[in-house]
Order: sequence, then structure tokens, then C-alpha cells
Amino acid sequence: MLKTKAGRFIFQLAAFLLAMGFVSLILLATGASPLEAYKNMLAGSVGSMRKFAEVLVSFVPLLLVTAGLLITFSAGLWNIGVEGQIVLGAIGSVWVLRQFVDSAMPPAMVILLSILSGMVFGAVWASLAGMLKTFGGVNEIFGGLGLNFVSTALTLYLIFGPWKREGVASMSGTEPLPDVFSLPQISDLRISPYALAMALVAVAIVYFILQGTYFGLKIKAVGRNIRAAYLLGIPTWQYSLYSFLICGALAGVAGALQVTAVYHRLIPSISSGYGYLGLMVAMLVNYQAVWAAPVALFFAALNIGSIQLPILMKLDSSLSGVLQGVLVLFVLLTEGVRQRFVKKA
Amino acid sequence: MNVELKNIHKRFGKTYANKGINLSIPSGAIQGILGENGAGKSTLMKILSGFIQADSGGEIVLDGKPVVMQSPADAIRFGVGMLHQDPLDFPPMKLLDNFLLGMPGKLFLNRKEAAQDFNRLANEYGFNFDPESYVDSLTVGERQQLEIMRLLFLGARVFIFDEPTTGISAAQKTKLFDTLQSFPKQAITTIFVSHKLEDVERLCDRVAVLRAGELVGEFTPPYETKKFVSTMFGKEITLGERQPAKTGDVVLSLKNVFLEDTRVRIDGLNVNIRAGEVIGLAGLEGSGQGMFIRACAGLVRPVGGKIFLKGKNLTGKSYYAFKREGVNFLPAARLEEGLLPGLSLLDHFILAEKPRGVFIDKAYGQRLAEERIKSFNIRGTPASMVESLSGGNQQRAELALLQTPLSLVLLEHPTRGLDIESMIYIWSKLKDRCKQDGAALIFISSDLEELLQYSDRLLVFFSGKVSEPIDASGTNVEQLGQLIGGKGWPQKGDIHA
Repeated sequence: MLKTKAGRFIFQLAAFLLAMGFVSLILLATGASPLEAYKNMLAGSVGSMRKFAEVLVSFVPLLLVTAGLLITFSAGLWNIGVEGQIVLGAIGSVWVLRQFVDSAMPPAMVILLSILSGMVFGAVWASLAGMLKTFGGVNEIFGGLGLNFVSTALTLYLIFGPWKREGVASMSGTEPLPDVFSLPQISDLRISPYALAMALVAVAIVYFILQGTYFGLKIKAVGRNIRAAYLLGIPTWQYSLYSFLICGALAGVAGALQVTAVYHRLIPSISSGYGYLGLMVAMLVNYQAVWAAPVALFFAALNIGSIQLPILMKLDSSLSGVLQGVLVLFVLLTEGVRQRFVKKA
Repeated sequence: MNVELKNIHKRFGKTYANKGINLSIPSGAIQGILGENGAGKSTLMKILSGFIQADSGGEIVLDGKPVVMQSPADAIRFGVGMLHQDPLDFPPMKLLDNFLLGMPGKLFLNRKEAAQDFNRLANEYGFNFDPESYVDSLTVGERQQLEIMRLLFLGARVFIFDEPTTGISAAQKTKLFDTLQSFPKQAITTIFVSHKLEDVERLCDRVAVLRAGELVGEFTPPYETKKFVSTMFGKEITLGERQPAKTGDVVLSLKNVFLEDTRVRIDGLNVNIRAGEVIGLAGLEGSGQGMFIRACAGLVRPVGGKIFLKGKNLTGKSYYAFKREGVNFLPAARLEEGLLPGLSLLDHFILAEKPRGVFIDKAYGQRLAEERIKSFNIRGTPASMVESLSGGNQQRAELALLQTPLSLVLLEHPTRGLDIESMIYIWSKLKDRCKQDGAALIFISSDLEELLQYSDRLLVFFSGKVSEPIDASGTNVEQLGQLIGGKGWPQKGDIHA
């Protein structure tokens, strides 16, 4: 029973309930009503079309990043640097847009170029972590973490230096870009159908790479046992690097979309923690691409749903983060417990 | 300290690693333990040193008191210390810090006092150490000395040495033997595990021989080498009908090759191996044969000399270059190096084939997998994860991954842990495949019977020395056993102990 799909599902359901229970206890300890909090979160995320559109705005970068991370995880790599790769994608995108502010080029063309630029920037940034790993022997976790700090510093430098607002530089970011450089949105909702489509296509492509191509199988082989993969004749370090490039490119697109579809300028927290959140989603779906979209949507809903908690209930909006983190921990925990039972049985 | 092992059993799955072993060692003795690879020596020593626990029913008695040891730390508290074949020390640490590890109790270290103790002990045993230097600057022999000092300091009264003379210099060996010979005076008991007959004969006052997990003989001097060999390897072995090789052109040619790792060195090796030939590599583990086979695979670069494959100079080329020329290497550590845990048999067969386009043709893969599973008699389905297969099935799966073109097959312990039927089956498969592709085959084995049965020629390795190719039909278990144990070698030239 433990090995079947149903058995696995029961354990995951248990994890979900445990996580909710645990968070409820925390809420009770602070004197708040868990039921009311959950109700407010539900209303805050799917209560109206407008709110659901906000969820989708958050869903797009999260799904892109998760899709990329599925590749690096398959290659056995912990691409913590994904956060910085989003940032560099945003920088690459803003850089191109700034070049064409007064040009006659059709805006659609410029937007496309800027997204491609974001992709390249993200991939190059990821390849730094990859090369540090393959040629320098620097663990990708440390390399990525270091590069994340560098990317933050770079953003601040640009905002307060070369790209500062006319007159006074401020934490609110660079000068907003012209409206023509915004991806079209659905009527008065903030979500761009193009951005949404890109994210869904990305995760579908990743799914097919991992399920049906030699490339994906080789990536997995490298991730499962680099030594045996090498002996089987797979160029191992090259495949590690490819996986970094793909993940970085997708994170770069996420960053570019944060610019062209959401903020229309460079701001200090342009990556909004989607990189780290994506790591959690990838872990939660156990690196299975099929589940990436629904779980990412759920996480995005939690994010948006908790925004109103401070106003409505005087609770901090980081409650969603607590719930997400606790959920991942409980899923990992119950999976560990299940494995123990499987071994004994 | 008196050591008594009473009725020690240890089972791993269905096989007995130790079966009803009774051994009593008087205080101050130097007890030799002999046995071939897999005879159960290591298991027994791990039980005595607390690394693993024996199955219920047995007893360890030290100085008349039955003891239960749950961990190596327990063992050392009872006075039992073990030196492992690969020293378990901490290379990036200072000697003194390493020395102090495992000291019970104290929260704060008195480095000054400790340094005095360190120097006193080092002087007493004539070891030359600077306590402030780092462990990774030491040779294997020196690390051994450091470990001996550490265990003495912790109060060990029983020392277990696992293959201590592998990989140390002749001078260090003399030093080690001097040290060990001073132990009886202090009533320290020594257990000396080895397959080197010469060392055991020279050092030990008593010898116990293990075979297939059982204690099959105990000896006291004067020793007879012949007797050791026949006890270690069992009954006279009758060879089946051997088929003389029909050999073709030279496939692999090593010209004056020098190989080196931290433990052994091979000097100036010259060998030619022809298509259709099977070469068996005999020797104790770590005698240089592993390095030799990896050099043939392009995984280890020779420090001197040239390697030719079918007349092509591949010296210093990458593993992929060797692979393109049809060299296939199947390592002994199946789940560590040979297979990909977490992937299915189907995935493995697809990976081993040349890609056909971008997308995997699942139907083709399925057919391929079913066919291979059938022809290699693997108990599993295309969707089976390799880690769920039994050892024998994993071995057959690995063999089923042999790629084309095939010019040279390199195998480490191809039938280790398999029953006799699987062994015969695998060898018939291998021979067929090599005949079909005109490939040569080189394999490492510790099973003398297998070596004699399936090789055309044999190379024996002993501490980096390599014998001239021996015609397998012209030798026998006894001679081979002696050579493996370092006896009967021609006294000339290149000796690196």
C-alpha cells in the first residue's frame, strides 16, 4: 500500500493537514483565529477576478523559475543562485529597453529583444556559478549565494548610479520606462496573457525535455550518478553546465517579465524572492514537472492572499511564507517516514 | 590482554560472512589472520573493534570478562583499537589535533601537556614527527605510525592491523615490524590481518586461516607455505576443459608504461594483448591491477611510456577517446560507478545506445530493453529501477550495457558475489560477445579458479610488481597463490615494496 500512488497521496495529504495544523497552532498562540485567517487568505486570492489576476501575476515568475530549477535539480545541482539570475534577467531587459527609448523600432520588437536579452543575462549569470563549480571546484550553493549578493549590489549600483532617476535617486527604482514598452494586459487586470503563456509553455517544454529527450535523460543520468554517467560516455561537466544555462535563461525570462509586465523599471527587490520560493516548489513537487504548475499556483495564491492580513487582522503578511516553509518541511518529513516504512515492509 | 571470540556469527542477507568462529588469543601474542578476499577476515575484525555487531549467540571475552561493544569508541574503552587499511585520519588537521581526537571527556584541551605526551611517545617508539605539521604531509606509513601512537595513548591493549604492509615502503615495514615485536613485552596483543604469506610467516607466532566465513585451520611455527595456500584456497581445483584462444592482431599494446598512485608504483611495463585473448589479472586488492586496468581504459594517465590501441597511440588521451576506439570498462562498484540508481533498466539501455535524434523513441527503447533483459537473463522489467535488482541481476545489467564498437573489454570482478551458475552464464555471454566483435578482454578477479578457468594468460600483481604473462594452462592454484602472496618471484630489478 505504501508504495502505491494512493499510499503516497495519503502521506502527502497528511503532510498538508499537519502543516495547516501547525500553522493554526502558531496563529492560536498569537491569539488570532486560524479559521478567519484562512478565510481571509482565500478571499484575498480568489475572492474576485482582480485578485485572481494578481495571483497569476505572481504565478508567472514563480512557474518560470520552478521550471528552470527542475532542470538543475535533475542534474543533481542546487541552483541557489537562481535569485540572482532573475535579477540579472531584469537588468538585461531594462538595459535593452533603455537603449530604445527614443528609437523608431516597433515597441513589440523592442520588448521581444529585451526579453531575449534578459534570457541571455540570466543564462550568463548562471554559467558563472556553473563554471565556478566545474572548473573551480566551488560548490554551486556557495557560488550561487555569493553571486546573489553581487547581483543585489549591482542592482543598487545601477539604481543609485548610472540609471538613477532624474534629479534624485531613490529606493523606488529607476525612471519608469515608457508605457509602450509594457506587455499588453487583459482589460484593466494586471496580468499579461503573453507572460502567462510564456510561463506555461516553458514548463511544458521542460516537461518534454525531461520525459522524452536524450538530452533530458542524460541530464538525469548526470544527476543520479555522475561517475557512472561519465563511464557511460556522457560528457558530464558539459551537461551540468547546460542545465545551468537553461535554468538561468528561464530565470532571466522571469526577471525580464517582472520588468516588462509588472514593474516597468528596475527596483531593488525585483526578484521578490521568487528564486527561493521556486526552490521550495520544486522540492515540494518532488522534481516532477507535471505538478509544478498547480503547486506554483497554490503558492502564488498564498502570497497574494496574505497581503491583506495586516490590515484585516493585524497579522504579518509573512504568514504565507511560514505556511509555505512548514508545508515543504512536513512533506519532506512524511516522505522520509514513508520511506522508512517501505524499507521495513 | 587475552582475547577470546566465541561462536561468532554474522550474516548479511543469505550469506554468512562469519560462521561459528571460535578463536582464543593469549595475551601478548602476535596472531596472524589469513584468508583470501571475502573470506570474512574484515567482518570478524570489524566485530571485534565495535564497527558492527555479531549476530546473537556469540560472545567476545576480554581478559575473562564478556563485553558488548556497540561502537568503535566502546571498543577503545575496552582497550581494542583497530588500524584500517586506509588510515581513518583527518588529512587537513595538525598531527597533534589528530592525535587528541577520541580523547574522552575533557572539554578543554591542554595542548602543551598533550604535545609533551606526543613527543614522549614518539621518542619511545622512534617515530619522527612534528606535532604542528599537517597530516596530509605524511606518507601512508607515517600515518599508520601516527595512528598507532594515538591508539596507544588512548590505552589500547589489543591492536588490530588490517593489511598494514600494503602501500608502505620497505623501511617503514621494518619499522612497523620492530614496533609490533616490542608489543609482547608490554602484554599488548596484536592481530595481524593479511594475505601476504611472507609477512605473516615472518611476524606472527600463530596463524588462523579463514575461508568462506569459517575458521578452517590454526598453525604455529614452523610454517609450511604450501599448507597455508591449500587451506586458504580450499580443495584441489579441477579445471574444466579450456579452449585455447584463437588470437588475432594486437589490440592493446603497452610500451614501457609507468603508473603511480599514492600506494603503489608500476615501473616499465610491456605487454601486448591480441584480439580474442582473455587476460586475467591476479593479485591482492591494491597491488596495482586496478590502476593497470584503469590505465587501459584511459581513466588513469601513465606517468611514462605509451599505450597503443590497434596501433593508434592513445597515450594521454581522454577516456572518451578510448571509448570511441571501442574500449569498454565495467567497474566493480556497480551502484557507485557502473549504474545509475533512480533510473530504470530502460533508461540505462537507451543511454548506452547512440542517440537517434532528439526525442527518445519509447517503443524502440521498450523493444530493446525487453530483448536485452531476455538475452542477458535479467530478472526485472524495463521499468525496474536498477537499485531494486539483486546483485547478480545488476551485474548482468551492467554487461548488457556493453557498447559497440567493441575492441577491448575491461572488467573488475565480473562475477564477484554471484553463484556458480550465473558465473558460467556471464562468461559464456562475454566470450561470445568478444568473439563476435574480435575484442580482447582483461579482467580482475580474486577467484583463482575463475582466473585459471577463463584466462588465456595471467598477469600477477604484487605491490606494484607485475609478472611476465603466465600461460594459464601451465600453472595451478598453488603456484598462483604463492605468487599472489609474494612468494616465488624472480629476484631481480624493479622492486617497490
